[in-house]
Amino acid sequence: MEKHDKDHAELSEVFNKDEDRVNWHDETLWWVRAKRDKAVNQLPEWETLRDLASQIKHNVLGSLDIYLEQFEKNALANGVHVHWATDAEEHNKIVYQLLTEKSINRMVKSKSMLTEECGLNDYLAEHGIEVIDSDLGERIVQLAKEHPSHIVLPCIHKKKEEIGELFHEHLGTPAGVSDPQFLTETARQHLREVFLTRRAALTGVNFAIAETGEFVVCTNEGNADMGAHLADIHIASMGIEKLIPERKHLGVFLRLLTRSATGQPITTYSSHFKSPAEGKEMHIILVDNGRTTQLGREDFRNSLKCIRCGACMNTCPVYRRSGGHSYQNAIAGPIGSILAPNLDMEAHADLPFASTLCGSCSNVCPVKINIHEQLYKWRQVIVQSGKAPAGKKMTMKAMDITLSSPGAYRFAGKAGRLALKFIPFAVNNNLNPWYKHREMPEPPAQSFREWYRSNRNSK
Amino acid sequence: MTVGLFIPCYVDQFYPGAAIATLQLLEKLGVNVVYPQNQTCCGQPMANSGFEHLTSGCNRLFLENFADFDYIVAPSGSCVLHVREHLHDEKIAGQAAGVSKKVYELTSFLTDILNVESLPSRFPFKVGVHQSCHGQRGLHLSQMSELVAPAFSKPGKLLNMVKDIEIIQLDRVDECCGFGGTFCVAEEAVSAKMGKDRVADHLRHGAQFITGVDMSCLMHMEGILRRQKSETKVIHIAEILNAE
Repeated sequence: MEKHDKDHAELSEVFNKDEDRVNWHDETLWWVRAKRDKAVNQLPEWETLRDLASQIKHNVLGSLDIYLEQFEKNALANGVHVHWATDAEEHNKIVYQLLTEKSINRMVKSKSMLTEECGLNDYLAEHGIEVIDSDLGERIVQLAKEHPSHIVLPCIHKKKEEIGELFHEHLGTPAGVSDPQFLTETARQHLREVFLTRRAALTGVNFAIAETGEFVVCTNEGNADMGAHLADIHIASMGIEKLIPERKHLGVFLRLLTRSATGQPITTYSSHFKSPAEGKEMHIILVDNGRTTQLGREDFRNSLKCIRCGACMNTCPVYRRSGGHSYQNAIAGPIGSILAPNLDMEAHADLPFASTLCGSCSNVCPVKINIHEQLYKWRQVIVQSGKAPAGKKMTMKAMDITLSSPGAYRFAGKAGRLALKFIPFAVNNNLNPWYKHREMPEPPAQSFREWYRSNRNSK
Repeated sequence: MTVGLFIPCYVDQFYPGAAIATLQLLEKLGVNVVYPQNQTCCGQPMANSGFEHLTSGCNRLFLENFADFDYIVAPSGSCVLHVREHLHDEKIAGQAAGVSKKVYELTSFLTDILNVESLPSRFPFKVGVHQSCHGQRGLHLSQMSELVAPAFSKPGKLLNMVKDIEIIQLDRVDECCGFGGTFCVAEEAVSAKMGKDRVADHLRHGAQFITGVDMSCLMHMEGILRRQKSETKVIHIAEILNAE
């Protein structure tokens, strides 16, 4: 991946030029967080469920090889084809090959963040295959030629008026119409034709059960089912970390997933796929794409517990005020910021710093990933590997010298306070990012140490 | 009992009032307090920026200054959390671990060690309480809104002992103010917006003062209040608990 032209801070600055939009974005996502709070507070056992889910995933990550082989064996016995992909490119090639073998050049796809991670749509488009996303939010960003800004709510950055304009342009709705019900009905009719005519459907996988070889796909729109049941070939792409050991564990995760994501008790559809219908094919692609590398990083391993609920994004005060696109990664927000550096540390060196380390993300995480601690740890790894900006290194070195010596500290403190008091223009200008929206602290006449020396016996 | 007073560097330099109030409050409660004068900074600004490997000088100084006290108390949740989690010295690992366990944020020292049940203070104003993230989510000074767990608040318990104070309710009880150390300049746009939003919540509910356990968050919000020429002031919780 190439280094980005702008980093998270610069893109956030652009996003913040329209304060009304920032307010709207923040309040919309805060409303989802509040819905989540209401839902989880109805379950006295909520924290126990989180513990349990975290431990189940801990077990999975500890024996991933065994569970993967068990899953493969059972899936094969169910009549499902199983493919293994080391990276994004291999995944995309497998999909392409499956389609070309059947002379298929149009596919319908339900939501899969993994295919976003792999850049599947662009890859297939370059190879002459049309993909239509059937999740409403994903279809909207697809029409806008954008990427999802949120893993659960892909077009949360778009206002309904903007969606109305897109539909007017692409789906022929009357100009100026933005009634959500009307637009949704238009999308339904448009997608119905797609479902009926596509011979191939790709879905993601929320949970794959090693014990039975089946997998579960959760949607609110039923779009995964419509696609998969009507097509001749169903391809399911899953990251290798999506496994759970047994069917009985599913209850734990299904209870956690949607309460965390949107505050619903459960998704409208939790569809179990086990074996292909007669005359049809079912394929599962097991994708690594950096996951085994992350598994080998002890400090970051448990980021693989993620079940992609998006709760950390909704609660993140930075995400809500910078928008998903400022993260420049298929998965934005706090969880994206600890996953992305694993894939490309240089390209995503800005992300672990796009946080105040407030810790709200770790608290809402249904599988108890210590997200904010991992952000801290990634900062250390990025700096140690020489990826920190040069200016920052100089400042930090100077800070170290000053703070390691009481004499130097006292001198710098005095100089700092004097500078503030007598030459305010030296700091109170727009070259100092603090001063852009905030006044500097008023310098006191003396430091506490000076006060202490004159008011208490020197001890 | 002798307590070593650990005053964060920016409090020493910019907010001596919070440090003086901390000292006077502890003395008022009968504690023998000593301020070791060669202390500088805990090293958090560097560590949170990814330069924890440069903090060995700060760690060594901290141990030299504070190792011998029964307890170490600071009017800051953030600096205390840093020391608790990151104070180390390879040469004297055991000692470093022992010292970091003795470090307390002021309000939790008052509630958990001194078991304070009443205070002679009075503060007849409408006050908004800012939950500083490191104190709250890091040191568990009060319950976090994300969890399904019983409510409690150590700073809140102490503020309830203050006569004539009126604590206002906020729309978002524990959202971050956006200070975040070097985040406040590195991510200026988001940081300032977070600060503005946090301040607005307090103003909307009529706060005359915004208080909290961390002067850094308060400094951030003060910068915004003063830019808006607001009458509302920030004040460290030690200054309220010490007010008469």
